[in-house]
Amino acid sequence: MDSESSRSVDDALTRLKSLPGGLLPILHAIQDELGYVPPDAVPTIAKALNLSRAEVHGVVSFYHHFRTEKPGRHVLEVCRAEACQSMGADKLAAQIRERLGVDFHETTADGNLTLQPVYCLGNCACAPSVMLDGEPHGRMTAERLEALIASVGASR
Amino acid sequence: MSVKVYVPRDSSALSLGAEGVARAIGAEAARRGDSVTIVRNGSRGMMWLEPLVEVETPSGRIGYGSIATADVASLFDAGFLEGKAHPKSIGKVDSHPYLARQERLCFARMGVIDPLSYDDYAALGGWRGLRNAIAMKRSDAVAAVTTSGLRGRGGAAFPTGIKWKTVLETAADQKYIVCNADEGDSGTFSDRMTMEGDPFVLIEGMAIAGVATGATKGYIYVRSEYPHAERGLLAAIAIANERGALGADVLGSGQRFDLEVRRGAGAYICGEETSLLESLEGKRGMVRYKPPVPAISGLFGKPTVVNNVITFASLPIIFDRGAEFYRDYGMGRSRGTLPIQLTGNIKHGGLVEKAFGIPLRELLYDYGGGSASGRPIRAVQVGGPLGAFLPESQFDTPLDYEAFASIGAMVGHGGIVVFDDTVDMAKMARYAMEFCAIESCGKCTPCRIGSTRGVETIDKIIAGRDVGADVAVLESLCDTMLHGSLCALGGMTPFPVLSALKHFPEDFGLDRDGLAVAA
Repeated sequence: MDSESSRSVDDALTRLKSLPGGLLPILHAIQDELGYVPPDAVPTIAKALNLSRAEVHGVVSFYHHFRTEKPGRHVLEVCRAEACQSMGADKLAAQIRERLGVDFHETTADGNLTLQPVYCLGNCACAPSVMLDGEPHGRMTAERLEALIASVGASR
Repeated sequence: MSVKVYVPRDSSALSLGAEGVARAIGAEAARRGDSVTIVRNGSRGMMWLEPLVEVETPSGRIGYGSIATADVASLFDAGFLEGKAHPKSIGKVDSHPYLARQERLCFARMGVIDPLSYDDYAALGGWRGLRNAIAMKRSDAVAAVTTSGLRGRGGAAFPTGIKWKTVLETAADQKYIVCNADEGDSGTFSDRMTMEGDPFVLIEGMAIAGVATGATKGYIYVRSEYPHAERGLLAAIAIANERGALGADVLGSGQRFDLEVRRGAGAYICGEETSLLESLEGKRGMVRYKPPVPAISGLFGKPTVVNNVITFASLPIIFDRGAEFYRDYGMGRSRGTLPIQLTGNIKHGGLVEKAFGIPLRELLYDYGGGSASGRPIRAVQVGGPLGAFLPESQFDTPLDYEAFASIGAMVGHGGIVVFDDTVDMAKMARYAMEFCAIESCGKCTPCRIGSTRGVETIDKIIAGRDVGADVAVLESLCDTMLHGSLCALGGMTPFPVLSALKHFPEDFGLDRDGLAVAA
C-alpha cells in the first residue's frame, strides 16, 4: 500500500473500530475513499479489530460490493435481474460488452471504466436500468447508453 | 408571490433526468424574472410519467408528465406556472385515475410533501401515531399491532404483533429494532420510495416499535444499491434527532430511541433476517439456524424485532387511526393494504397501494394498461426471484397471502414483474437457478450445490438431448432444495423453476402433458 492508502485505512479504523459490528462500515469507508479494499489492508484491519486475517478476508470476499482491485475511473453497473430482462437487459448487456470490449468485472484497457453486473437497482418500472458512479439511469436504449458512455469519455 | 413547483428527487425520476429538469426550471424562471420555489418531493408512483413536474395552483396541483429539459421553455411559454394547458399536462394530479382509485394509507404523503420537511410530515398526520403509542401501556401497544392484523411485508408475512410480543416479554438489558431495508427482489422498490420520499414514516414506525417493546436502539440496514435512499435517511434522522422525535427523550416520553443506518454490500441473502443480523455484526452474511428466533436472541444475542420498511411504515397510521381502522381493509387473513409495484414490461408501471384482495388482472390491465411492448402478457412473476411465474389462467387470483399460497405462488414484498410473449421461460427458469447459485451463502448443501446442478440440468434440457430424463432430475433436485434448504433462498428457488415447467412446458421441449416432444 502507498502512504495515501495507508492513511485512509488508518483513518477509517480510528473513526470506526469501536463501533459494534463495525467491520462493514470500515470496509465501506476504505472503499469509498480508495475505490477498493487493498488486500494489503487486511492484516491491519484484522489487528485493529482483534480478528484473524481469514475472518476479514472472508467478509471482504463474501460481499459482491467489495473489490480487491483498483477499479477504473468510472464504474458502470448494469442490472441483470428479471424486471430489466423483461425489457431487453440481456441484449443491452451484450451491446455494452461489445461496445467497451470488456466482460463483466473487467476494466477497459485505458483504465477509464469498470463494468459490473448488479441484481436490481430498484428502478424496475423504468427498466432496463444501469448505474454510473452511483447515479441511476432508466429506460436505457443503445443510444442513451452511448451518450452515457460518451459523457465519461470511455473508449475501448 | 412565489409559485411552488415540484420536481421529484426519487431515484426513478432522477434516472430519467429530474435533476436536469429541476435545474432548467430554476434557470428559466430566473431568466424570465418569475418567482418559483422548487420543492424536491418524492415520487407519486406513476413511473411512466416521470419526471412528473407539478405546479401548485389555487385549484390544486397540476401535473406535467415525462418532462425533459427540452420541454421546460415551452412549459413557461404555455403558462404552466398558472397550471395552464400544455400537451404534457395531465391535469389535477390527485384526480388522475391511477391515484384516485388507490387506498394510500402507508403512502399517504408519498410525492405530496418535501421528504425532509418535519413540519409538512407533522401537518399531514405525522407523529400522531407515535404520541398515541407513548401514551399506551407497552402490552396494549403490542396488542394493538396484533389486532390490526399486520403481517410482515418483507415477504414472509409473519404476524408482526406476535414477533413484538416475544421481544416485549423476553427480559434483557438491551433490545434492538432492526429495519430490513435490503430490498433485493427484482420488481420491488416500495422500500426505496419510502426511504427517499417519506423517510419520517419509517423513523416514526421504528420509534413506535422501540417504545412498544422497550428497545432503545435501532438499525436500518440499507442496501448499497440505494445511495439516494441512504442519504435521505441520514438527513431525516439528523432532523428527527434535532426535533426530539429520536434521541434521549422521544417526544418528551422520557424514553430513549436512537437510530443508525448501516449499509449492506450487495449480498441478496442479507435480506434474510438472520443473515442480515450476521452482517450487522460485521460478519459474512451466513444464515443462522433457528431456533433461537431473533425475537429471543437476535442482534448481538439480544431480543430483536426485525421488520421490513413497509411493515414499520404501516404502523404510524395503525396507531393514529386505530387497529380496527387498518384491519377493516383487506380480505381473509391478509389485513390492511399493500403497496404493490407494477414493473417490467408494463405500460403504466409504478406503485399502487390497495387493500388486499385486488385481482392480479385488475392490476395488470386496469392500472398497468397491459404490456409496454403492446404484445400479449404471457407470464408474470410475483414476489421477487423466489416467486412463482403465473400464466394468464391464474390472473384472476386475488392478492392475498393464502390465495397465492394455494396455487404455489407468493405475494412476497408485492413486486409484480410482467413479461410479454417473447419471453423464453426455460431461460427464466435457468436464471432463477443461476441467481440462487450467485447469491447462496453456502451454508447448506441443497442451496449451495443444488443451484449449480440446477443450472447444468436446465442447460441439458435446453440442449434437448434427453429432455424427459433431465426434467425428472430437475424435479427431484427441486424437491431436495424445497425440503432440505435452511432458508427461503434455496427453499423457494424451486417455485419459479417448477411453475415455469408446469405452466410453460412447451418452452422446455415438452408437450402440455409434460411429456418430451420427439425432436
